[in-house]
Amino acid sequence: MLGPSEYIFWLLGTLCEAGVVVCALKKGAFRRYLFLNLYMAASVVVSICRYEVMTHSGFTSQAYLYFYYYSDAVLTILLYFSLTSLYAHVFGELQASRLVRLGAILLLGGTAIFSYAVVQESSAKMITHFVVELSQNLYFVGLVLTYLLWAAITKMRETRAQLVQLVLSLGLYFSLFAANYALRNLYPSLSSLCIALLPVFGFVLPLAWAYAFWRLSTDERIAPARLALVPR
Amino acid sequence: MMMPAFILICSMIVLLQLGVAYCRSLIAASARQPLSREVQDVTGINKTASGEDFPRIVQLLHLCPESPADRTPLQAIGAYFGMLNFARRTVARLRPSWRAWTEAERAQCAYFAAVTLERRIAFSRDMLAQQMDA
Repeated sequence: MLGPSEYIFWLLGTLCEAGVVVCALKKGAFRRYLFLNLYMAASVVVSICRYEVMTHSGFTSQAYLYFYYYSDAVLTILLYFSLTSLYAHVFGELQASRLVRLGAILLLGGTAIFSYAVVQESSAKMITHFVVELSQNLYFVGLVLTYLLWAAITKMRETRAQLVQLVLSLGLYFSLFAANYALRNLYPSLSSLCIALLPVFGFVLPLAWAYAFWRLSTDERIAPARLALVPR
Repeated sequence: MMMPAFILICSMIVLLQLGVAYCRSLIAASARQPLSREVQDVTGINKTASGEDFPRIVQLLHLCPESPADRTPLQAIGAYFGMLNFARRTVARLRPSWRAWTEAERAQCAYFAAVTLERRIAFSRDMLAQQMDA
């Protein structure tokens, strides 16, 4: 059963996710970053549904377990499409949106096939294990793609402050989750600690996106040289 | 075992790199915002900030009511400032170019904190005005 602090974290997390959509709507960035906002709205809906399933079936029930991991996989896929929409923003001027979409679908299919191949022989509960494996691999693929996007942003000297912060915070989120999953796989004894950290990591993306939508206007620019890390 | 270890190492490296870039993007976005006369007086930043100002401005920030939107970025910049201090005490001793760079970065962290202070003061004034109207 969940304790009061876990319920509070859950509620705050859901409020932060809703806050992102409200900030984007108020600042007129909802349609510009549609997939990002759809992801946040879907996260709110999934949170409410998870609560419903938990109160009806119990926290340790099979129904909740299945719902949790399947909804997590769906959210990860949605987040993956949010990332591809950021690619479309960065490469928008190069008319490469179609190519990006095609590449994203191929990569998603490839990740699903790879995850299936990994769990096919190793697990009795293959379907559940497949969903967990798929989520974990998608986080890592997301991390690699975000890093590549970041490299493209620095190479193309992107100046849109809001876009830069949205991409960077997504990269932070992916790397935190990928590291968490990997640590759990490497040291199963640390599982409880890693699971306890998940709600804390869950705050990173909504808070950073809410800040980017609230504080920065869509046409605010930054000097690309300020983002370079190498001391000059 | 190889795959999770590889993912863990890659994730940690990318986390550090993107974390620093995120902090720098926060600083870059605030660098163009001018400080009001009153914040300049309070913080002592007239033309350029110094890294030594940062802890003092953070103390001033603790005196103002918190604006929820600014809490996380300020924590991120605080962590970045800590990293810069560490780099200044270690790597920068061996390479003089790093010393100048860490000092410039620390100064920008202080300027970011001053911009946040400006926002918090404005936020407090708004809240007070709303209470007076009510």
